[in-house]
Amino acid sequence: MTDLHQPQRDWATTFDHTEDDYAQNAPEIWDDLRNRCPVAHGDSHGGVWFPSRHEDVSAIANDTERYSSEGIIVSVFKPEGLAPMGYAPPITADPPFHQGARRLLLPAFSPKAVDKLQQATHETCQKLLDDLLADGASTADAAVQYAQHIPVRVIAHMLGVPEEDGDKFRVFIHRILEKPGTYADQVAPEDTLFHYIFTTMAERQNEAPRDDLIGYLMSYRDEDGNPLPSDQILGTIGLLIVAGIDTTWSAIGASLWHLAQHRGDRERLLEDPSLMTFAVEEFLRFYAPVTMARIAKEDLLIGETQIKARDWLLLAFPSANRDPEAFEDADRFMIDRQRNRHLAFGLGIHRCVGSNLARMELRTALEEWLTRIPHFELTNPDEVRWSTGQVRGPRELPVRILKSNPAASTN
Amino acid sequence: MRIIFDRDKCQGHGRCYALAPDLFDADDEGYSVPLVTSELTQAQLENAQLAADNCPEYAITIEV
Repeated sequence: MTDLHQPQRDWATTFDHTEDDYAQNAPEIWDDLRNRCPVAHGDSHGGVWFPSRHEDVSAIANDTERYSSEGIIVSVFKPEGLAPMGYAPPITADPPFHQGARRLLLPAFSPKAVDKLQQATHETCQKLLDDLLADGASTADAAVQYAQHIPVRVIAHMLGVPEEDGDKFRVFIHRILEKPGTYADQVAPEDTLFHYIFTTMAERQNEAPRDDLIGYLMSYRDEDGNPLPSDQILGTIGLLIVAGIDTTWSAIGASLWHLAQHRGDRERLLEDPSLMTFAVEEFLRFYAPVTMARIAKEDLLIGETQIKARDWLLLAFPSANRDPEAFEDADRFMIDRQRNRHLAFGLGIHRCVGSNLARMELRTALEEWLTRIPHFELTNPDEVRWSTGQVRGPRELPVRILKSNPAASTN
Repeated sequence: MRIIFDRDKCQGHGRCYALAPDLFDADDEGYSVPLVTSELTQAQLENAQLAADNCPEYAITIEV
């Protein structure tokens, strides 16, 4: 919302993705920047660049020579000297270390592995909806009561940690991703993600490896019989906890936010469930939750903008996904879009390792929701709260559950 | 017309085998494996084009 009493904020020179104003109005800000100032800048977090056009985002994602993944979350704490592994491999790793760290995880997230998790995900969604609809509820919070729980339960199952630890995971994620740097001095050491993983690994140290992802990483041996370095195991578990939760929660929430407001799209999905294959990709394009970051390895130019070595850059996949230079009718949500090379999961060697899992969760969550709650609308659009930081999605999403479609169509 | 698949460009997005399972499969790491390298039938062509049009890495082209 534009506050008429304030002078117009110029995001091109005061960019800050961790402010509420940005979170609430991001798509409009991206449109403005792409048109007017393709590489925005802000002094916050020690200085950050924001290239908004598809062409630049795509070039940076593919250029691992000049951009490092040593830092992927923009914060005043800028990692240095951690390459090529970084603190959460493979996402923070650079070549050539990156490839091995990634191949370690790929089989667990392959389409065949993800297929095996589908039935349990359906059951998770059904259980959440049973609870949500108990006592004939006529309102619900689709983010708080539904979307946020789904990826937590799936990843807890894959890692082999208690589902109840999901509440802790969400606290870690809030600190790390939504308000990076803010909590550094306020958190006790035993209340950190690091401590959680360290304790979990210590508890398992003297037992037989369990058949889950933590067990797999702890018992992994390379061809020479060497285990993984313990900092790699720790960092990789940290990545799996942090990266797979609020990202998918955001995608599910944003898709439900859209469907709450577009009766026509709801009806098309109800009439033709096979449309979901295309709908999921269009939700991912239009509401891509994730903006990554890189650190420049050297002084370089993006167009005419001078970037200095060690500067932060945000990789604006969500803005690239709405660039009219790359997509026909980019500003239109088309539920059956046929040509959709979206960047929601990134591009190049760092393509999201969990993309098959995320896609399955999103599809399952929407199918189950529409089966039980085919008709719904926002209780009050002003009550929807979008998360700040590099993962954007609705964190509060109050909806009214309707007995039938409203008579007046909004779409 | 035939499918030309560039394995070096594929990053395992999985769009092709989701949209055209008759033409592409996934290996154990999720990278694409083209199933049909011979001349495409008219019926296959539509799905092949769909796979090409949705590959974020431009790893698939249809050779005329």
